[in-house]
Amino acid sequence: MAQTTLAKALNNGLRAAMERDPKVIVMGEDVGKLGGVYRVTDGLQKDFGEQRVLDTPLAESGIIGTAVGLAIRGFRPVCEIQFDGFVFPGFDQIVSQLAKLHYRSQGKVKVPVVVRIPFGGGIGAVEHHSESPESYFAHAAGLKVVACSNPADAYWMIQQAIASDDPVIFFEPKRRYWEKGEIDLDAEPHPLFASRVVRPGSTLTVATYGPMLKTCLAAASAAESDGHELEVIDLRTLSPLDLDPVLESVRRTGHLVVVAEAPSESSITSEVVARVQQAAFYSLEAPVLRVTGFDTPYPPSKCEEDYLPDLDRVLDAVDRSLAW
Amino acid sequence: MSVPQDWTPPTAGSQDSRPSREHVVAGLKATDEGDPELVQLLTPEGERVADPRFDKYATDVDVDALRSLYRDLVLVRRFDREGNALQRQGQLGIWVPLLGQEAAQIGAGRAMAPQDMAFPSYREHGVAWTRGIDPTDLLGIFRGTDHGSWDPKATRFHLYTIVIGNQVLNAAGYAMGQKFEGKVGDGPDSEATICFFGDGATSQGDVHEGFVWAAVYDAPVVFYCQNNQWAISEPTERQSRVPLYKRATGYGFPGIRVDGNDVLACLAVTRWALEECRSGNGPVLIEAFTYRMDAHTTSDDPSRYRLADELELWKLKDPIERVRVNLVREHGVGQEFFDGVQAESDELAARFREFCVNMPQPAPDRMFSQVYAEPSPLIEAQRAEFLDYHASFEGV
Repeated sequence: MAQTTLAKALNNGLRAAMERDPKVIVMGEDVGKLGGVYRVTDGLQKDFGEQRVLDTPLAESGIIGTAVGLAIRGFRPVCEIQFDGFVFPGFDQIVSQLAKLHYRSQGKVKVPVVVRIPFGGGIGAVEHHSESPESYFAHAAGLKVVACSNPADAYWMIQQAIASDDPVIFFEPKRRYWEKGEIDLDAEPHPLFASRVVRPGSTLTVATYGPMLKTCLAAASAAESDGHELEVIDLRTLSPLDLDPVLESVRRTGHLVVVAEAPSESSITSEVVARVQQAAFYSLEAPVLRVTGFDTPYPPSKCEEDYLPDLDRVLDAVDRSLAW
Repeated sequence: MSVPQDWTPPTAGSQDSRPSREHVVAGLKATDEGDPELVQLLTPEGERVADPRFDKYATDVDVDALRSLYRDLVLVRRFDREGNALQRQGQLGIWVPLLGQEAAQIGAGRAMAPQDMAFPSYREHGVAWTRGIDPTDLLGIFRGTDHGSWDPKATRFHLYTIVIGNQVLNAAGYAMGQKFEGKVGDGPDSEATICFFGDGATSQGDVHEGFVWAAVYDAPVVFYCQNNQWAISEPTERQSRVPLYKRATGYGFPGIRVDGNDVLACLAVTRWALEECRSGNGPVLIEAFTYRMDAHTTSDDPSRYRLADELELWKLKDPIERVRVNLVREHGVGQEFFDGVQAESDELAARFREFCVNMPQPAPDRMFSQVYAEPSPLIEAQRAEFLDYHASFEGV
């Protein structure tokens, strides 16, 4: 089976969704002729035309706000926000209109918009290009928030997100865009709003998502030499969180480490910790530990190696948890 | 300053209540007459004046049509006043009055074809009326039982939008969709969108972006700005250094200023603009030059920021009175008609009030419904927990 990069997997997924449903349109800055700054939409405008792949003016509120209008009209827009830190001009339209229209109309208006956001650091970029803003969106009722971590998931999840009648904020780990993996086109895709055990283990549970999955899998391999079997869970869906596999795992291992690049305060990782301690308090043999970015603005890129959780910080947390 | 609910329009033909020219000028410090380009078909004195550009968009308005417009204006004003009174009596949490803006809304609303789509702000009770939405459907928002109970698809009148200017982008996107679907052109099913916002909204980034999007995609959308001179307490000159309609030039589409208190001119100009859009020439910006005779909302106190003279002046431009005078003088319509409309408006107000005070309290778990289109485990868990909690009080 052919190896595909995560960016190409998304491209293939978008293409499949566009072929399936003529109401699916792609819109954003530079998504047409250029194919997106990460080439995720490469070739789509050539094949589907300028009316289905819209090179938009440069304004994020405009992209989201017109996508909302198009969705009210019956389209299924997929918006690309070029970089995580640029989503904020569109944040008003996302939380004020996109998230609330279904509720406000008591279900009479559906706004099946997907907002794709490349997120996270590790690419040596200037500021506003490396952030992890997912918690803002998970906090907004009415939105669903997911993060893919590998090509196979990227391929299926983007199609499932487009098919969802709810607005979905779709996070893509930008530093994993060029990493390859296999996509089994014949396999039944994993449900979109469900987390997944990607490496079974019995010693300690690691829950993570997006770009940190690869780091956590590497940590699990390294821990093996110390005799520790880490169970690694890819959360995949950040809102609604699917904690059942995490709880089931924690009830076996008694130890949980939650890993993400985002700052820790009021975050996805906070939410996981709060809910796990509430549901599995008596199974825990140590406090749930977190390995995250720091509660600072994203630092200059020469500092990001220290800012981002890495193999050593994950292993350190594993050791601390097991030594409790 | 006079209390808006107690206010009555000046008697037709009475010269006594008119302020002097000096009086008028003083009252117009923050406003103006609208400038020479203001489109007007019916003067404040009720005279039909010719306009070579727009007369053809009102040729079908015979005496019956004019009576019908008069009825719209009176009924809308009546339930708006009732809404205000209901808030004062504690029946509504808030009311957003449209007093003075009836013609701007009825003219625009009646210009729409059934297949056209409207995106309102939150003061568009008159436009809602023209879309066949029963006034009682507006009450839930202000009484706090829902966020808008009408069906935006069936009525082709979107939900009220409270965040200033958000709907301008939504309307632009919707209009792009109309164009993408091939609904623009000479065909019988061609469509347009009309988007309502106020003078204050023109300072919002979303309105600018909406203009940009509509222009570059040739979206069939009429931007209908009701310049009622005040954004709560901020006057129009705090929003712009140029008359608002002139801003359209910078985006590359026509901008036009219409007498927003002249229902005939608003009807004709909006018909023209919608036609431009339907035929593929859109967008168009209309500035309906009008005045908010009442407060911004029932929480506002306009006596703190505006001149009483200003209000007195605008009373002379009353949108309903000029139609009445025209009906009497030019069409010989008798008192019986006006009495009939008055009686009908009283019935509407009574029905509006009765509906309001009898609105049921929403079910306890109402807040959990329709957050998502697809099931949400978190919401369902919270709903179940809440209902259990609620049930625990039974029999206590």
